Amino acid sequence: MEMLALLIPVSLFLGGVGLVAFLWTLRHRQYDDPDGDAHRILGDDWDDHPKP
Amino acid sequence: MSADAPSVSACPACVAAPAAEAVAERRAAKEAGLVLSLPTAHCAVCISDVERTLATIPGVRSARVNLTQKRVSVAAAPGVTADKLIVALKTIGYPAHELDPGLLSTTETDRAGRDLLMRLGVAGFAMMNIMLLSVAVWSGAEAATRDLFHWISAAIALPVLAFSGQPFFASAYASLKARRLGMDVPISLALILASSISLYETFAGGHHAYFDAAVSLCFFLLAGRYLDYRSRAAARSAAEELAALEVPRAVRSTGGVETIVPIAELAVGDLVRVKPGARMPVDGIVTEGASEIDRSLLTGETLPVRADEGSVVSAGEVNLTGPLTLRVTAAGRDSSLHRMADLVAVAESAKTRYTSLADRMARAYSPVVHIMALAAFSAWLYLTGDLRLAINIAAAVLIITCPCALALAVPAVVTSASGKLFRKGFLIKDGTALERLAEVDTVVFDKTGTLTMGTPEPIDLAAHPRAELETAAALAAASAHPLAGALSRTLGEMGITPAEVTDIREVPGYGIEGRLNGKIVRLGRAEWVGAEAAEGTATYLATGGAPARAFTFTDRPRPGAAEAIAALKAAGKRVILLSGDTEVPVARLAHDLGIGEWRSGQRPDEKAARIASLHEEGARVLMVGDGLNDTAALASAHVSISPATALDAARVASDIVLLGQDLSPLSDAIRIAGQTRTRIKQNFALSLAYNAIAVPVALLGFATPLIAALAMSTSSVTVSLNALRLK
Repeated sequence: MEMLALLIPVSLFLGGVGLVAFLWTLRHRQYDDPDGDAHRILGDDWDDHPKP
Repeated sequence: MSADAPSVSACPACVAAPAAEAVAERRAAKEAGLVLSLPTAHCAVCISDVERTLATIPGVRSARVNLTQKRVSVAAAPGVTADKLIVALKTIGYPAHELDPGLLSTTETDRAGRDLLMRLGVAGFAMMNIMLLSVAVWSGAEAATRDLFHWISAAIALPVLAFSGQPFFASAYASLKARRLGMDVPISLALILASSISLYETFAGGHHAYFDAAVSLCFFLLAGRYLDYRSRAAARSAAEELAALEVPRAVRSTGGVETIVPIAELAVGDLVRVKPGARMPVDGIVTEGASEIDRSLLTGETLPVRADEGSVVSAGEVNLTGPLTLRVTAAGRDSSLHRMADLVAVAESAKTRYTSLADRMARAYSPVVHIMALAAFSAWLYLTGDLRLAINIAAAVLIITCPCALALAVPAVVTSASGKLFRKGFLIKDGTALERLAEVDTVVFDKTGTLTMGTPEPIDLAAHPRAELETAAALAAASAHPLAGALSRTLGEMGITPAEVTDIREVPGYGIEGRLNGKIVRLGRAEWVGAEAAEGTATYLATGGAPARAFTFTDRPRPGAAEAIAALKAAGKRVILLSGDTEVPVARLAHDLGIGEWRSGQRPDEKAARIASLHEEGARVLMVGDGLNDTAALASAHVSISPATALDAARVASDIVLLGQDLSPLSDAIRIAGQTRTRIKQNFALSLAYNAIAVPVALLGFATPLIAALAMSTSSVTVSLNALRLK
C-alpha cells in the first residue's frame, strides 16, 4: 500500500501534463481546421524541412 | 483583419480624387487580409495547389487554406487585390469568391468555441483522474484509504466543477430569473447537490461519494453543448459567408470623376455609373446610355427589357449590354430592394415559431425530474426520519435522471446529419431546419434560376443555313449580351467558323451590326432588324435581302432537376411550380419535368399568398427559390432552400442553401432529414429507457456511484453511436 504514496502523485502529475498539453494545443489553434490538418499530413510539401 | 482590397478606382486618373485617396489610406493603414471562399476545395492536393499558386503572386506574404470552412486567408501587401488572386485560382481550376472579412467575425465565434472546448478538456482530464481513484473505491478500498481517495477526488472535482460547470450555472440562473425551468436547472441542481453531499459524506467518512458522477456528468453535457455549438457555428459562418459574398459598392460619378463608394453612402440625386454585366445598386432613372436589362431575379421574366434615357430601373436588376448612368431616386432603406425585405419581415413574423423536439422534451422532462427527486426525499424522510439518507437518495435520483444522454441526443444526430448534407452540397443555416424538412409533404419550386439555370441556350440551330450561322457567329462573338454569348459559344462548339464580317459595332440596347460583302448585317432585337417578333426568347438576324431569321432560345433546366422531381413524386410529395414568367415557357418546363400543377405570372405577394393558403389547407411546404420575387414565399414557407447563385436576400430568407448546381440531392436531403428525426426520437427513447431502469433503483435507495457512472456513460455512448448510424 505504500506504493500509493508514489503512484497517486504520479497519476495526478501525468493527468496534469495531459491537461497542459491540451491547453497548449488549444491556444495554438490546432482545432480550427480539423479536415485540413487531416489532409495536410498526406501532402509532401514540407517533408524535407519545416515550413519557415 | 482589414477591409478587402479591390481596385481603388476604375480609371487611373481617378486615383487623384480625394475620396479615393482617403479610401486607399484607410486601407493601407491596416494589414491587407483577404478572405476567399473556395467551394470546391476538398483534398490534400487542393490545399497545396492553392497555397503554392497564391504564394507565387508577388506581394502575397502567406496563404493558408482552411478546409473545414472551405476558405483561404491571404496576408498580402496592400497593392494585391482579390480579383488578381481569384483570376490566378481560376486558371488552376478553383473557382473562388471574395468574402468581406469585416462581416466574418470569426474571432468572436472562435472565442466562444474555444472557451467551451477548454471547459470540456478540463472536465475530461479531471474525470479520468477521479475515475482512476473511484475504481479503487468501487473494488473495495476501505476506511482510511477510501477517505483519502474521496479527499483527493474532492480536491480535483470541486474546482473543476466550478470552472467547467459555469455555462450551466449561468444559463440556469438566467432561466430562473425569467421564471422558467430549462434543462439547465436540473443539471445545475444535480451538480451542486451531488458535490455538496459528496463533500459532506467525505467529511463524515461515508461510503458513497458522487464526485466521479458529477464530473463525468459535466463532461458529457459539455460534449453535447460543444457539438451543438459547432453545428450552430457552422450555420452562422455559412450565413456570414453568404452575407459577405456580395461586397456592396457602386461607382459614383461627380463632375466627371468616378469614385467607388459603398452603397450606403449614396444619396438621392447622385449619378451612378453601371457597367454592362453589373447589378443596379439603387433604384433610379437612366440619364445616359442605352442597354438591355435582365429583371429575372426580381420578376422571374427571362426576356431582357430595353432601357434607355428616362427608363426606370430597380435595384437588383442586371445591366446587360451598354454602360448606363443613373440618377438615384431611392437608395438604401427606400429602394425597392428594401421594400421587398419588408415583405419578407412581414412573412417571417406571420410564421409561427417552431418548437424543436429538444425544447418540447426539455419542457416535459424538467418538472418530472424535480417532482421525482422531491417525492423521493419526502418519502424517505417520512419513512425513516433520516435526513442524511433522504438527501442522499434525492441526489442519486437527480444524478441518474440528469439529462446527459438527452443533452447529447439532438446535437450528436444533427452534427452527423449536417456533415452528411454538407458533403451533398447543402448548408444548413437554421438548427431546426432538418426537423422541419422532415415534415415536408409539398414542394413548391420557382422556375428561373431554380429549376432552370437562368442562362439561355439556343435551340434548333441546325434548321438554319450554314452561311447565316457563320454570319451570326461573327456578330455574336462581338457582344457580351447573354443571348449573343450563348449563341457564339454553341456555334463554336458546332464547329461553325465565323464569316468575315467587317466594321462590327454594338448598338447598345439594340444589337450588333456589321458589313458582309458590302451589305449591312444585323443581329439583335426584332424591331431593329426588321423581323416579326416570335414567341419566347429569341434574337434575330437580318442579312439584307432574305427575310430575317429568328434564333430561339430556351432556358436549360438545372442538372438533376428532372431526377429530383421524379424522386420527390416517387416519395409521394406534391410538386408545384410557381413562376413570375409568362405562360408559354412555364408550361413547357412544367411539361418537360413532369410537373402537373403550375402557375405563371405570379407576383411576389401572390407566391407568398399561395404558400399561406397551402399552409391553411394543412400542407407543410418546402419552398425552393432564388429570386427577389421568391423571398417572401421563402420566408413564409415551413422550410426553404435557395441555390448559392440566388440573390443574397433570398439566401438570407431561406433555411438551407444548395451549394452545388445539381438539384438531384434534394430528395436525399428530405430523406436524411426524416432519418434525423427518427434517430433523435430513438435517442430520446434510449435515454428514457436507461432512466426507466435506473430511476426505480435510485428511488428504492439501491443506487451507488458505480451504478450512476455506468448508467450515465452507457446511455451517452449508446446515444452517440446511434447518431453515427445515419446513412
